[in-house]
Amino acid sequence: MMTTAALVTPSAARGVVPVPITLPTSKDEEWRFTPLGGLNAFAFQLSERPGTLGGADLTPYRFGHPEWPTVVVVDGRVDLAASHFPALPAGTRLCSLAQAIAEGDTTVAAHLRQHVTPAATPFTALNASLSVDGVFFHVPAGVACSTPVHVIHVATSASAGVTIAPRTLAVIEQGATATLIESFVALDRNGSYFTDACAELVLGENARLEHIRVQRESAAAHHIGFTQVDQQRDSHYRSFVLQLGGKLARHNLHARLNASNIETLLYGLYLTSGEQLVDNHTAIFHNEPHCNSWEVYKGVLTDASRAVFNGKVFVEPVAQKTDAKQTNRNLLLSDTAKVDTKPQLEIFADDVRCTHGATVGKLDELQRYYLQTRGIAGQTAQALLIWAFVAEVMMEITVEPVRAALEATVRERLDRMIA
Amino acid sequence: MALLDIRDLHASVADIEILKGISLTVNAGEVHAIMGPNGSGKSTLAQVLAGHPAYEVTSGTATLDGADLLDMEAEERAHAGVFLAFQYPVEIPGVTNAYFLRIAYNEIRKARGLDELDPMDFLDLLEEKLKVVEWGPEIMERAVNFGFSGGEKKRNEILQMAVLEPKLAILDETDSGLDIDALRIVAAGVNKLRSAEKAIIVVTHYQRLLDFIIPDYVHVLAGGRIVKSGGKELALELEAKGYEWLTGATEEVTAR
Repeated sequence: MMTTAALVTPSAARGVVPVPITLPTSKDEEWRFTPLGGLNAFAFQLSERPGTLGGADLTPYRFGHPEWPTVVVVDGRVDLAASHFPALPAGTRLCSLAQAIAEGDTTVAAHLRQHVTPAATPFTALNASLSVDGVFFHVPAGVACSTPVHVIHVATSASAGVTIAPRTLAVIEQGATATLIESFVALDRNGSYFTDACAELVLGENARLEHIRVQRESAAAHHIGFTQVDQQRDSHYRSFVLQLGGKLARHNLHARLNASNIETLLYGLYLTSGEQLVDNHTAIFHNEPHCNSWEVYKGVLTDASRAVFNGKVFVEPVAQKTDAKQTNRNLLLSDTAKVDTKPQLEIFADDVRCTHGATVGKLDELQRYYLQTRGIAGQTAQALLIWAFVAEVMMEITVEPVRAALEATVRERLDRMIA
Repeated sequence: MALLDIRDLHASVADIEILKGISLTVNAGEVHAIMGPNGSGKSTLAQVLAGHPAYEVTSGTATLDGADLLDMEAEERAHAGVFLAFQYPVEIPGVTNAYFLRIAYNEIRKARGLDELDPMDFLDLLEEKLKVVEWGPEIMERAVNFGFSGGEKKRNEILQMAVLEPKLAILDETDSGLDIDALRIVAAGVNKLRSAEKAIIVVTHYQRLLDFIIPDYVHVLAGGRIVKSGGKELALELEAKGYEWLTGATEEVTAR
């Protein structure tokens, strides 16, 4: 087993010497529709040092709330000057992961790399080899951390041609509640770099976590993220994943339902244009009875862009009374956009309700005609109908003003996609 | 000049001829009821006038204020003052009634070279129009027809009609499936919109609606043709005798 100490080996060379990696190929079922050849352009090492931020660089990404607890991670290292650590409820900890390890935090020791193991994928292994820092968020039992915590991962020109390997560990203990927002942003909108991110989210009994993950990497960036959620009984996890950026972006979101009466809600939206490829892989492991999972991912694609969706649901023999529903819907705005969608349900219990549905299509002709008869046509009608399509998931963002801000971002992006 | 002038209109869907020569003149200020058995072509006529792309007009003409209606796209017909209340109103999730109506209202104004109404002024207008269908403002924050009951959807069509103030309103079986209270509200809404400048075509299967909306003319459609026209007393005659005495002559057509 890896020890947590490995994260901060006292060696100046750690992270900044290239690490060998064997990239998966299209023969690997997990990567069948997501060609990784573009990754060969990057060195699998961190930048020598993180870039520097200007005072207002992150203003557009703070949702108008600079006073929220905010950890800014620049090129994979926490930038204390740009971060903001207001007082949190008693016992709650939000800090640099490297700092927590250095201080010998026992919660970190108990959880780090136990949920996203290096062995999981070649990229979790790479992250384990390279990462020198990240974010630690710990809400102790019974504590309600009502203010959203925002983690902003920033790529600067210092990471041009190399890898960014941040790591997030959030432990929400028994009966505690929290909201975690992760943003991935780039200072240079054309910057070319590779983000290899891992997040471990641990929910104790009766814990509640709202999680919003906004991926707005640069147009030339590659992004591969792995998020593992581990839930104990009566806990509630709700996720909203927005994928906007990247030349190639892949996110694995895996949730393990390790006890009964767990609720897991996964919502996602991806908007792709140009030659982007956005890949969402989700996996929900129903390991115990009486749990509910609900998943809706939607995508809007134009130009020659591509999307991949794979949704696995595993229902173990003991997991009776499982109620699982999965939906993936895609809207194609061009003839050259393409979607590979695959629901994958493996059910070994007999008293369950599990459904799935996947669609790939164009705008609804009846809706379009209805709008025409009300005098609404052309781009106005198109924008309205695309919004109608994405609204189902956008309305699931429960944190204001994040919802309003992301609505504006999504509308603006959609307007550009149909212009 | 007649507001709507239809002459020998033939229309097909998927190469099957449904309308086989309809002629009808509707003047401003008039209410016409079009009745007929199922499959007679009533809804097809409504959709052809509104501009449904699936229906192909194979011959004949239809003009609105002298302008060629059939040459216009559906939205251009709306801009010209045509409104169709759908038999099955369409759901638009995620778009509130208020937003939808404001966009529709302003798109029509723009097309007519008028200034758009700003959101506050539009709210005042909406408040007035909601009274037409006896609704409170809360309905405006719901998504268009999404999760509405059948009766609410029909009421919403009448609300849209009240806001958009068409010259020619076509109600396609707006009464079907309504309970008596909803029917009363819908009919009262329609009656409030009657005026000397506007015309209304009420397409219905049931005479019941015409107890509430008194038509000036009643036409019976069967087998894709108007087989009988008359005054409002014709509706009562249909109620008493059914359609068979009129449709017998066109049996080979209706048997399709």
